[in-house]
Amino acid sequence: MSRNRKVHVTRRSVMAGAAAAGTLGFPAVLRAQAAAVKVGIIHPVTGFVAYNGQQGRLGATMAVEDVNKAGGIKAMGGAKLEALLGDSQSKVEVGVSEVEKMNEAGVVAYVGCFQSPVGIAASQAASKYNTPFLIDVGASDLLVTRGLKNVFRLKPGFGACVDQGIAALGALNEAAGKPAKAAVIVHESGEFGTGTAKLLAGKLPSVGIEAKELIAHDNPTRTFDNVALRIRSMAPDLVIMSNYQNEYVLLARTLYQQKVNLAGLFSVLGGGFNYKFVKELPDVAQYMMDTNHWFNPQSDKAQALKKRVEAGGALFTFEVYLAYSTVMLLADALERAGSADKEKLIAALNASTFNAELLPYGPTKFVNGQNQGGRAAIMQALKGDIEVIAPTDVASAKAVFPKPKFG
Amino acid sequence: MPDPAIILAGVLNGLLAGGIYVLVAVGLTLIYGVLHIINFAHGSLLMLAMYGVFFLWRLLGIDPYVALPIVIAGSFAFGYVLYRGLIGRFSHGRDENILLITLGLAIVFDNVALLLFTGDTQTIDVTYAGTIVQVGAAFLPLPKIISFLAAILLCGVLGLVMARSQLGKAIRAVAHERQGARLVGIDVEQVFAISYGIGIACLGAAACLLMPTFYVSPTSGHAFVLIAFTTVVLGGMGSFVGAAVGGLIIGVTESLGGLLLGEQLGQIGISLIFILILLLRPTGLFGAGR
Repeated sequence: MSRNRKVHVTRRSVMAGAAAAGTLGFPAVLRAQAAAVKVGIIHPVTGFVAYNGQQGRLGATMAVEDVNKAGGIKAMGGAKLEALLGDSQSKVEVGVSEVEKMNEAGVVAYVGCFQSPVGIAASQAASKYNTPFLIDVGASDLLVTRGLKNVFRLKPGFGACVDQGIAALGALNEAAGKPAKAAVIVHESGEFGTGTAKLLAGKLPSVGIEAKELIAHDNPTRTFDNVALRIRSMAPDLVIMSNYQNEYVLLARTLYQQKVNLAGLFSVLGGGFNYKFVKELPDVAQYMMDTNHWFNPQSDKAQALKKRVEAGGALFTFEVYLAYSTVMLLADALERAGSADKEKLIAALNASTFNAELLPYGPTKFVNGQNQGGRAAIMQALKGDIEVIAPTDVASAKAVFPKPKFG
Repeated sequence: MPDPAIILAGVLNGLLAGGIYVLVAVGLTLIYGVLHIINFAHGSLLMLAMYGVFFLWRLLGIDPYVALPIVIAGSFAFGYVLYRGLIGRFSHGRDENILLITLGLAIVFDNVALLLFTGDTQTIDVTYAGTIVQVGAAFLPLPKIISFLAAILLCGVLGLVMARSQLGKAIRAVAHERQGARLVGIDVEQVFAISYGIGIACLGAAACLLMPTFYVSPTSGHAFVLIAFTTVVLGGMGSFVGAAVGGLIIGVTESLGGLLLGEQLGQIGISLIFILILLLRPTGLFGAGR
């Protein structure tokens, strides 16, 4: 009897204990048991644009870490994000094979891919599985104009950046008494540079500036001495650049070394306009302007993330905060969907009003996958730092235009 | 038709660019002349030397020109050890093995550089980088004039060493007839390693002369490889004079082509030269007929 009772009591105790633990002591364990949400993060961490890819991966993984530290996706029982990291090797076919591999692994969404051609092909591959594909960096508007329902881009594209850059340049020129009347455009010969150059040449006349000549160059280019010579002989007021990092730096350096006098050096999505360039070659970079993705300098969260990134020895380049914000957009959509179901996730992204706090954006509003609330910033290198000169609501300094001439 | 003053400026720019092509090509032609192999790791080794120059400047504040003897000696030692420890040991005397090993080394070096240094663009900021010498319409950056003169000087010194010294004679003997050289007591493997070391030392010199005006990233060496191969074919495989003249011709052709036909189409001049040489004089301008 006593033995039975003992057993009985013990069983009760166990049951009661289990119940108590279920409500009080073990919620963390129960949350940890929620299935992780697998996210495919694809960047070119090797190959031609490896640096940009490595920066993108850094931003995305930091965001995953932050989401998990904050308790995961609460609407899904605290499910953690699990990052599956892929390397596109700067090649289209490798990007596509990463999509296929990750699909086998059961990813719920993809984030990537820095290069537009890789993003175009990879998101197309993801569409077969109706898996959401969030573009963190990728300038081509083709990414979101193919009618694919699974593709979303937080940042503004190619066309919007050119429009915004030209409008800002026009306003700057107008305010300075129109010192710039003619421009030479130097661009890399790929889709990015050629496309941007054509758009720029077509739109410059709308702000009273003539595109005198378009000079295309290959990647890599060993010397820009002759380009500088031609620019000097044409005597334009502006040089507008559209190149990847190496050639951007080399061209800027050559124009400075050869003391080519200009009212301004301007770029749209300039590949080399970043803190490293401005801090390491301050004389070369001084007064250069760029229209690009930029963080909101007045955002405390952006400044805090910048400190964290720099404390880790990296630079706070646009790839970092765009990838970070894109993963945060995904986490927000998962919260809204309350599920990893792809249809529900796509619906949540379409209805998203996510506030990308790091960026000078309004709430998201997706139309055909393109966020209408995104906008670029116009920056200028001033005294070894990068200042935002437009839009005025987030500006941190007043533009210097035209720039002082070489003595 | 552009102004003659602009053409002259283009020629001067081309000659200065050609100076660097000469240095890169001289190393390649020496390695080909002696080992009879194409060094596929040439661009990657140039990149490593450029990182060496960059870090000497960044960490120790050593100016690229002051670093010349250090980097040349370091590159020679690296090339020598690479040949002795790896290329010579694992090639088993077969040329195709050497080709594959140098190709493999290029892949390893590129990826190790990517891992250690990231894909970022690194530059050196020296006070004299913006100093210009004006010659007519040409604004010639002082570092490029220095690199041109130094390239010609180093080429001359190398030519003298090859012509007058015992080492030069041994190298030439091995290049001409390695079995015969072995029979007269020359340590052929040692000559191979020294020649490879000298070829890489030339890249060390090129790296020091390039860095004040260029950049380094894990892929930056490749920008010069194709041009160096073209220079060697134009001048004649294994010919120093050929590499020097070829480098300058390529530099001027590239420059004038870019000026007259545009930067992209201008490159066609180099390809045309390459095809014409292969058609009309396959041994190159100064190459020995076989």
